[in-house]
Amino acid sequence: MKNEMSIQFSSLSENESFARVTVAAFVSQLDPTMDELTEIKTVVSEAVTNAIIHGYHNQPAGVITITCVLHDDEVEITVKDNGCGINNLEEARQPLYTSKPELERSGMGFTIIENFMDAVDVISSNNEGTIIHMKKQLTKTKTVCK
Amino acid sequence: MGLNAAFEVRDDVLIVRLSGELDHHEAEQLRSNWKDMIYQHAIKHIILNLEAVSFMDSSGLGVVLGRYKEVTQLGGEMVICSISSSVKRLFEMSGLFKIVRLEDDENHALATLGVA
Repeated sequence: MKNEMSIQFSSLSENESFARVTVAAFVSQLDPTMDELTEIKTVVSEAVTNAIIHGYHNQPAGVITITCVLHDDEVEITVKDNGCGINNLEEARQPLYTSKPELERSGMGFTIIENFMDAVDVISSNNEGTIIHMKKQLTKTKTVCK
Repeated sequence: MGLNAAFEVRDDVLIVRLSGELDHHEAEQLRSNWKDMIYQHAIKHIILNLEAVSFMDSSGLGVVLGRYKEVTQLGGEMVICSISSSVKRLFEMSGLFKIVRLEDDENHALATLGVA
């Protein structure tokens, strides 16, 4: 069975926790492990933070859209912004690379996303925005005692 | 759920106890408070107690790395203790344990820095 939801919110850092908690609550229907849920919260937080800091340069007027699709044991998450886009995607995905070292960014966002998800696609064009599309297969065997 | 930061100075060691969720939104306030503590007290080392941190992402790593650089310039070191398994994975992924030391708890960390 396929189940889908989407949320749209302002590019404010206050919404980072709202976004990850909302996606985690939706994914909970599939009965994920605690580790899987933490991983999903982390990647949503990374993608939304990227959109706010890099896509919209911390301007609160931007809009971020998250779509989450559940089918069987697979979670698909798309985080979309209409910001400035990423100039050099290959560079952006390198561990420890950051275009904003003055903001004390660790440059680990994409590396964390790639580590925690099974598939990551990034589509970005200058002045049109960025779409991060991620997939994760949840483990089917669940522990009996909770 | 936000982030709560408690600071305590013991000799030349600044103990930082965090609880809650450390993301980009919380990182900026934490950075400013933490920097104030470093430069307003005669401290050399930092112990970062992460026992009550329920969530952290790469923005949190950035703040920790920034303070690591500052304390290194003061000739001291940063020791992290009481870390949860999920935060530990994040630190391992970023290679942070190559530069900061990990101890089981605050007392161990304090002892290694010569504070009784």
